[in-house]
Amino acid sequence: MKALLIGVTTLLLAGCAQQPLRGTGDLGIVIERADGRVAVVDTTARTVLGHIAGLGDLSHASTVFSRDGRYAYVFGRDGGLTKVDILQQRIDKRVMQAGNSIGGAISQDGRLVVAQNYTPGGIKVFDAQTLELLSEVPTQSKVVGLADLTGQRFAYALFDKGEIWVTDLTDPRAPKTQKYPAGLQPYDGLVTPDGRYYMAGLFGEDGIALLDTWHPEAGARKILENYGKGQEKLPVFKMPHLRGWAVAGNQAYLPAIGRHEVLVVDKSNWRETRRISVKGQPVFVMARPDGRQVWVNFAFPDNGWVQVIDTLKGEVVQTLQPGKAILHMEFTPRGEHVWLSARDDHTVSVYDTQTFQRLTTLPAQSPSGIFFTSRAARTGF
Amino acid sequence: MRRMTFLIGLLALSGAVVASEPATARQKELIHLVRQDCGSCHGMQLTGGLGLPLTPEALKDKPFEGLVATVVYGRPGTAMPPWKSIITEQEAEWIVRALVAGFPEDVR
Repeated sequence: MKALLIGVTTLLLAGCAQQPLRGTGDLGIVIERADGRVAVVDTTARTVLGHIAGLGDLSHASTVFSRDGRYAYVFGRDGGLTKVDILQQRIDKRVMQAGNSIGGAISQDGRLVVAQNYTPGGIKVFDAQTLELLSEVPTQSKVVGLADLTGQRFAYALFDKGEIWVTDLTDPRAPKTQKYPAGLQPYDGLVTPDGRYYMAGLFGEDGIALLDTWHPEAGARKILENYGKGQEKLPVFKMPHLRGWAVAGNQAYLPAIGRHEVLVVDKSNWRETRRISVKGQPVFVMARPDGRQVWVNFAFPDNGWVQVIDTLKGEVVQTLQPGKAILHMEFTPRGEHVWLSARDDHTVSVYDTQTFQRLTTLPAQSPSGIFFTSRAARTGF
Repeated sequence: MRRMTFLIGLLALSGAVVASEPATARQKELIHLVRQDCGSCHGMQLTGGLGLPLTPEALKDKPFEGLVATVVYGRPGTAMPPWKSIITEQEAEWIVRALVAGFPEDVR
């Protein structure tokens, strides 16, 4: 018996020897959109640890993380939902859940993963561990801007119907949904870090629909109405992405659609306080975790630029050209570095956010989204 | 004179199908543009997203001129922008023809 135990222990140790113990707090993934592949990256060593292939069409892909930071749930364009084991660098589970998908979210307690779909329009609820389908809410509309709220609730917007829906999944097999009129063609949404306010950006009109989820009975109201003042907007070659709430102090920074501007809003009354001219039409407007800087990338054809706004000065303090077709930016958990994907250069660059120096450049095939595990602990990510 | 003949030759060619064919290098750029940037809404595989699918199957009953006009002038009331600041009408025609026939892959 003793011999057997020693034998088993030796085997276990041998297993450990192959894969040294490590945490995932400084890991993340980079979507390699053209190859249906993700790269696993280490933000401490600033290296690519390996690749995981077989994730389908990732031309538009987003990712959420399990609360232990070990698994990444990758939502692909083709409706594939893949649970990736970051530590073992392999696919743990994969389901085809829709015809055309746009992203997803994970519940406050980490037990439910919800996908938002264009075709067929609606959301689908999965057990985060097994990816078993638990329920669905059909919408007869494309779903955008899905975000997790507190209490197993999820907010999302309907592009074709102009509504915000909030679905309560306290009983995940029996969803309860409330609907609120929002405005013309919501294109994306976000929730504030405290989980209180849900916002849907509108494409069909100037303005943003705002729902106070602590006072849902008041319904959604419009803020930043007429920020274009009836001027014809520029052709929008790429929709802005709102996920990545940029808030610094009491000011929130939002992309203006069809304009070369970032809008600044006072969070206490939701009034516009300022607008900042930038290089192009913003796609991502993201605050460094400490809120002192806001980084902005742009839609085609200005997507080779990145600008940095100093939130104390309220102006652009740095203009960078990190590469061709900058699709996404991700800050390290405390924001000392930012990782930028350059799709057409097939590189990911790491910049120091204090000195704006490029620290390293890593190879990646057509990189798009960069997602670090620190998202696991954040509402709305 | 030789130059004149060359010009006439060019004119004759422009009457033929070859006319609106962009140069090979530009074709490469256009393929990249369609797959990657039109792909933001229509999907890199052109199977649709916020925008409609652009596969041969999806386009087969749509009139050619209408498709070209949509690319050049956009579709007011929808998210489809006008692309006329980026591409010419001839290039739009070439793109639509290629979409209907089955769009080439983006070679990296």
